[in-house]
Amino acid sequence: MQITVSVRRYNPQDKENPSYWQEYSLDVEETSSVLDSLIKIREEEDGSLALRCSCRSAICGSCAMRINGHAKLACNTKVSDVAEDGGTITVEPAGVMPVVKDLVVDQTLFWDKVRQVSPWLQPEGEEPEAEYLAPNSDMTHLAGVMACIMCGACVSDCTVLEMDPNFIGPAALAKAYRFAADPRDDEDASRLAALSEYGGVWDCTRCYECVEVCPKGVAPMDRIMALRDKAMEAGYTNNNGARHTDAFEASVSHSGRLNELTLPIKSFGILNLPAQMSMAPVAVRALMRRKIPPIIHKSVPGVKNVRRLVESVKEEQQGEGE
Amino acid sequence: MKYAFFPGCVSRGGCPELYPATIKVCERLGLELDGLDKRGATCTGAGVLQEKNLFLGDVFNARTFAMAEQLDLPLMTICSTCQGVMSQANKRLKDDADYLARVNAHLALEGLEYKGTAQPRHLLWTLIEDVGVEELKNFVIRPLTNLRVAPFYGCYIVRPTDALEFKLYPEREDSLERVMEALGAEVVDFPGKTRCCGFPILTINERNSVKMVARHTSDAKDLGADALVTPCPLCHLNLDGYQPKAMQQAQRDIDIPIIHLPQLLGLAMGFDAKEMGLSRHIISAKRVLSKIKVPA
Repeated sequence: MQITVSVRRYNPQDKENPSYWQEYSLDVEETSSVLDSLIKIREEEDGSLALRCSCRSAICGSCAMRINGHAKLACNTKVSDVAEDGGTITVEPAGVMPVVKDLVVDQTLFWDKVRQVSPWLQPEGEEPEAEYLAPNSDMTHLAGVMACIMCGACVSDCTVLEMDPNFIGPAALAKAYRFAADPRDDEDASRLAALSEYGGVWDCTRCYECVEVCPKGVAPMDRIMALRDKAMEAGYTNNNGARHTDAFEASVSHSGRLNELTLPIKSFGILNLPAQMSMAPVAVRALMRRKIPPIIHKSVPGVKNVRRLVESVKEEQQGEGE
Repeated sequence: MKYAFFPGCVSRGGCPELYPATIKVCERLGLELDGLDKRGATCTGAGVLQEKNLFLGDVFNARTFAMAEQLDLPLMTICSTCQGVMSQANKRLKDDADYLARVNAHLALEGLEYKGTAQPRHLLWTLIEDVGVEELKNFVIRPLTNLRVAPFYGCYIVRPTDALEFKLYPEREDSLERVMEALGAEVVDFPGKTRCCGFPILTINERNSVKMVARHTSDAKDLGADALVTPCPLCHLNLDGYQPKAMQQAQRDIDIPIIHLPQLLGLAMGFDAKEMGLSRHIISAKRVLSKIKVPA
């Protein structure tokens, strides 16, 4: 099939015009991958095109880049899946990380984040004579996270990292979950305490970008949500995120709907006056436009049924916990 | 066409202009709505409840699905977040018969049972899949010619694509642009259209949340858009309500109106600004109205 590959080039040595789009027209097999096409360009048309690749089998994680605007592995993205015959594919370097040249990014930020979560097993007590034993079910559950090939696709498209490099980010937080949920690890408490701080699990927007782009089904955001739950269960609740979740659950369980007026107040903490005051200009503007929820919060009709349902679910869950 | 209608909390709360605008537009389109809120349907959990108690969230949503099944009506919402949360819950319930049975054991307390047939769909998808783009054009009496609008979907109506069944319904991917074009507006494509508005972290990390508002609104503005249009009331709350703060933070003028999808439909269908509740926005919609020659 005939395709045009439009590549976002970057040449740091060109001080005047370092970044520009360059188009290449080529014939490829329908079964070709985007990586095959890029290698063909480099070998047959333009030897100056820089890209990083190795295994060509979605194992090494080297070739993550943005294809048609979203992070993917170039090696397991078929050309025919992202373009029609005669169509154009856009290829850009991965996002968030600084570009070294063309499609090659500096992954220092990625690896620094992973190191930040102490990604190794930290058991306590005497070492067993043979191996550490762990239940099969626990390790099967963790296999999904261990499938991570550290390609950085999730980091590339993370909506928070794009704004704030302080965020630990999806790859490192998924890695943190891998150890926090490992029954052989004894550092859960200190891990969860650190992850409950600014830049940790509560800074995630739950936007699902990382889940969508992960080529290995690691679902980093789901792991971040599981870490939030673990942190709250471990008692790390003195933060806006945990208060927000608690207040949300309480409101919906009691009235069947969200109390939008009290939710932010409870999330900040009732005694956190500076935070409460910071909302004042927004509240005044909304009030002037009558863009506010009803002052008297009403329950859904037949709320008794909702409360009985919540009670029934919690009874079952408490029974499971015992 | 009649629907079991799930309006969500915010359309009658923080965005009180959305519910009445929707009712008027749906009536004009011949979409009859049976409000599940009046029948006691609960909040979906918005993904927040699910962080702490996923099972309870799934029980709540299964209850709503069971109510729609009892009415034998398709389920429609007007909130991207509700759409996503319901689609994800529905997938878990449909994929695992044992899980569904466990959920139904609780619903039985109320004499309800979810059989697994619900297909929650946003008004946006209903317009494409039930009304049809060509038919929608027949309702346009005030084409939005010259109005340049940028789409802003809201995360949960575009991801995860698996639960949202994008493979089965590929037209969902650019549904908002199709509707805008059908109304006569000029679409301003922009990279932020499927990114996060920042609302979920507003009370957790306001600085980052407002940065997201600043980025998306200023990108759309710089590309020449007259307004952003969204099918998500939570995105509206942040992009509209926190735009003044975003302007302060970014130290620049942005001032771009954020229009709810039903409001855009209503304007094209000949409703006036008051009927669509456009005076309730924090960022004035006057410039949009003057561009399509509608009195403010």
